[in-house]
Amino acid sequence: MSDDVAIVGLGIHPFGRHPGVSGLEMAARAVRDALADAGIGWDEVDFAAGGSDSAGNADTTVSVLGLTGVPFINVKNGCATGGSALATAHAMLAAGSAEIAVVVGFDKHPPGAFNPLPEEWGIGSWYGETGLMLTTQFFAMKIQRYMADHGISESTLAKVAAKAFENGSRNPNAWRRQALSEEDVLASKMVNDPLRQCMFCSPGEGAVALVLARGPRIRGLGTTPVLLRSVAFRTRRFGSFEVFSPSIPIESAPSPTTEAAGAAFEQAGIGPEDVDVAQLQDTESGAEIMHLAETGLCEHGEQETLIQRGVTTIGGKLPVNTDGGCLACGEPIGASGLRQVHEVALQLRGDAGDRQIPGPARVGFTQVYGAPGVSACTVLST
Amino acid sequence: MSVAAPAEGEPIGGTPSAPVLLGAECRRCGTVTFPAQDACPRCTSTDMARRTLSRRGTLWTWTVQRFRPKSPPYAGDEGDEFEPYGVGYVELPGEVRVEARLTVSDPAQLRIGMEMELELIPAPGGEGAVTFAFRPVEPA
Repeated sequence: MSDDVAIVGLGIHPFGRHPGVSGLEMAARAVRDALADAGIGWDEVDFAAGGSDSAGNADTTVSVLGLTGVPFINVKNGCATGGSALATAHAMLAAGSAEIAVVVGFDKHPPGAFNPLPEEWGIGSWYGETGLMLTTQFFAMKIQRYMADHGISESTLAKVAAKAFENGSRNPNAWRRQALSEEDVLASKMVNDPLRQCMFCSPGEGAVALVLARGPRIRGLGTTPVLLRSVAFRTRRFGSFEVFSPSIPIESAPSPTTEAAGAAFEQAGIGPEDVDVAQLQDTESGAEIMHLAETGLCEHGEQETLIQRGVTTIGGKLPVNTDGGCLACGEPIGASGLRQVHEVALQLRGDAGDRQIPGPARVGFTQVYGAPGVSACTVLST
Repeated sequence: MSVAAPAEGEPIGGTPSAPVLLGAECRRCGTVTFPAQDACPRCTSTDMARRTLSRRGTLWTWTVQRFRPKSPPYAGDEGDEFEPYGVGYVELPGEVRVEARLTVSDPAQLRIGMEMELELIPAPGGEGAVTFAFRPVEPA
């Protein structure tokens, strides 16, 4: 159809640690690879959007990609940076304001947990001074309650991590490429109960770029176009349990992920039951478990059985985080959301190599979540 | 964090032996916030009244912080040996769930649903400064 938007080019700079290589250099390389994959030059791009959390302004890459005058919007939206850039490009293409767009996400973080400052998040300085301003605490407390409410076991937490490292061992662009067993994961030290060291992702480095085209321009670009059926992006509502909350209301509300996923499926006219492969935000093991149900891919509590039976492994009925997710790839904030889309597009093209899912790969789904309660979801199809 | 005369936006009031948490209540829809804020996150009203919160509640969820948070923002002295501490959300009935330090950090002493009471503990890194925490009313 003339108003289709498709991903026609994929580029990725390996994730991990790259001393001496800046985030912007990684971004430029990912863009060049994506353009080469699409078979076009930078001068044919008529819209670009992208960003990082702490590695610079995406639009400065034009100084090495070429000063073509292209409108280029910088996005800085936490973990949803990539998803927001993609939503912006999708809207520009769908509106007919551009024919070919590039989106790019990248980052480069120092080792160790993130140390956000309360003042930048609208919270009193006491919150950080007294040791409450940690994302790891939030994730631990959310899954702690969820496990009690929905009967999720510690073994299931460990299986999610073991799957991630198994998948990462098959992904040349992953950071952690050594497979770990469930026992290895359970033997790692406790960090924030019930979450252990091997259940957490680490801040890292990497870059991803996508080339998108609209309508008639899709034909002839890239190898196999992957349709971007929808992109939906939401912030939190009153009552959802979110990171950096000195308090939470007693009345509960659907999470931003539930709302973004619902909107993405509705816009696409495709349901969660049609999804063949999914990429979900797995900042830690618990997040993947909770996001499986928040996105509608299963019922709350059903994860225990699904994961114990291997349904979310590459050979299962619903493979999740086939590239190893954040756990194996690390978390360069600006890049992760687009890494998810990159992986699903590879799977739908049948180009995922050693980690290609064996079953049908017609419909894919991605979900990225970040502080202080933002979520972006996409539905893709062949 | 002074107890006797809390500054604007500070979370604690009352006295050292009988501390209270300071929040706000929306005059339009009754929503309770902690800390106090000038607009209601639920109904968007700006008609908010300051109020104190209940000193007792139940443990809604918890974790143990087992590594030293980065400084800044953490005020703990990097020279001291780090002692893990408990963190949880305590549900104050009919009000709000408040995130706080817990006085215990042994998982065997923590159970979702247990009754908790507010008290003051020494604040990290502060000479004589205090912060708020919740302690189990009875052993788990």
